[in-house]
Amino acid sequence: MTAPLLSVGNLTKRFGATTACSGISFDLWPGEVLGIVGESGSGKTTLLQCVAGLQSADEGSVAYHLDDGHRIELSTLSEPALRRMQRTEWAFIHQHPHLGLRMNVSAGANIGERLMANQWQHYGNIRSEAEKWLQAVEIDSSRIDDLPSTYSGGMQQRLQIARNLVSKPKLVFMDEPTGGLDVSVQARLLDLIRNLVRKFGLSVVIVTHDLAVARLLSSRLIVMRNGEIIEEGLTDQVLEDPQSAYSQLLVSSILQV
Amino acid sequence: MHSILKITKLQKKFLLHNQNGAVLDVLRGISLEVGEREIVALCGPSGIGKSSLLKALYGTYRVNGGTIEYWLDDQWLDLTRATAREILNLRKMMIGYVSQFLRVIPRVPTLDIVAEPAIELGESEEAARQRAADLLDKLRIPEELFSLSPLTFSGGEQQRVNIARALSAPRKLTLFDEPTASLDPVNRRTVLEMIAHLRESGNAIVGIFHDARDREILGAREIDLSIQDELSHA
Repeated sequence: MTAPLLSVGNLTKRFGATTACSGISFDLWPGEVLGIVGESGSGKTTLLQCVAGLQSADEGSVAYHLDDGHRIELSTLSEPALRRMQRTEWAFIHQHPHLGLRMNVSAGANIGERLMANQWQHYGNIRSEAEKWLQAVEIDSSRIDDLPSTYSGGMQQRLQIARNLVSKPKLVFMDEPTGGLDVSVQARLLDLIRNLVRKFGLSVVIVTHDLAVARLLSSRLIVMRNGEIIEEGLTDQVLEDPQSAYSQLLVSSILQV
Repeated sequence: MHSILKITKLQKKFLLHNQNGAVLDVLRGISLEVGEREIVALCGPSGIGKSSLLKALYGTYRVNGGTIEYWLDDQWLDLTRATAREILNLRKMMIGYVSQFLRVIPRVPTLDIVAEPAIELGESEEAARQRAADLLDKLRIPEELFSLSPLTFSGGEQQRVNIARALSAPRKLTLFDEPTASLDPVNRRTVLEMIAHLRESGNAIVGIFHDARDREILGAREIDLSIQDELSHA
């Protein structure tokens, strides 16, 4: 725990005249769950995609620390090296499962793909590992040969998680992982994510507009607006004692049940 | 007696941007020391800043002035200048907090919620769950409820789950925000006994106990926040 796992420095991303992210800096420490909250258009998803290497930033740095102490600067990686890292050390959970899954191959093949990318070769081992992971995300392993399109939305999202975690990544990026799901399905997914994070000691950057989700999953929060960080702190600090006018407005707008 | 917590000239203001910039000047330079195995009761009428002080001690409220120093690993750590990671570590190693509200993920069983802090401190799942069951049993939560989410429980049951959770991992200081508020006399008695036992096992306690009899039973040192302006000049 002597160095951050991920260091983002002065990251800026523009789309034409619009600045989606402006001078964003933060560190992520091993085992930490960092929430990035803000309304639509605040730049939080663009930030996540730049940090995860799905888009390239215009300015700034993203440094990742490997176990052996080496520090990798994302922008210096070749395309294949970046893709290898995204499939081994990292994972990305999309809000829409169809962006993270291959809908035209079976659930088992979806999980197996990452294992093959990690040099697994024996078919029987891959299949039994896929079964194990279906169970870990509470999907009946009898559904292993079915196409993801036959799954419900909540199951698809859990399958996407299994597909991503099967290669034991250290760092997981999540973009609104519970967005668009029924609340009962959402509760189950939150519980699942929390257990997996603890079990595998994952470090997570999670983007959400739902402050209740952020509260339950993350230990630290960043509040974004118009591409900038407005406020940051421990999750309970930001939600119970927000300092900026914007954070106070966000927190006071949460609906009570 | 060694102090484990030293509060010096603590100030907390709330600036409410969306309510015409209103300012609430809640803590005005209060100083206080808490020793090992000491029970301190914060007193005074509602709105005087008792809960705010507890939340400042836990690091949830960011303060405007003064220091909050904890004796951790043979040195003083000032919470008001600590990084987020240092605060999380301080909480994990040293501070328990029993709030008035239970905040948990829906559908997670009560036993898991109570056992969680001990598991996070590295205790085996089996031992943590066993102690969780013992604590819940002591607090008269029927075993049939262990596997259910506490979100469907009554207010008094939720409060006892909250207390059990806080007691599941050993700390050096436990903060209690009205732990006996919605309890019947029998459970109230039990909770007070558990707090007294907590002190005997080496914990210090800072709490809000509305009932003067509770404070008396616990032998608490009373700090009256309604005279905090005098306290701060002492």
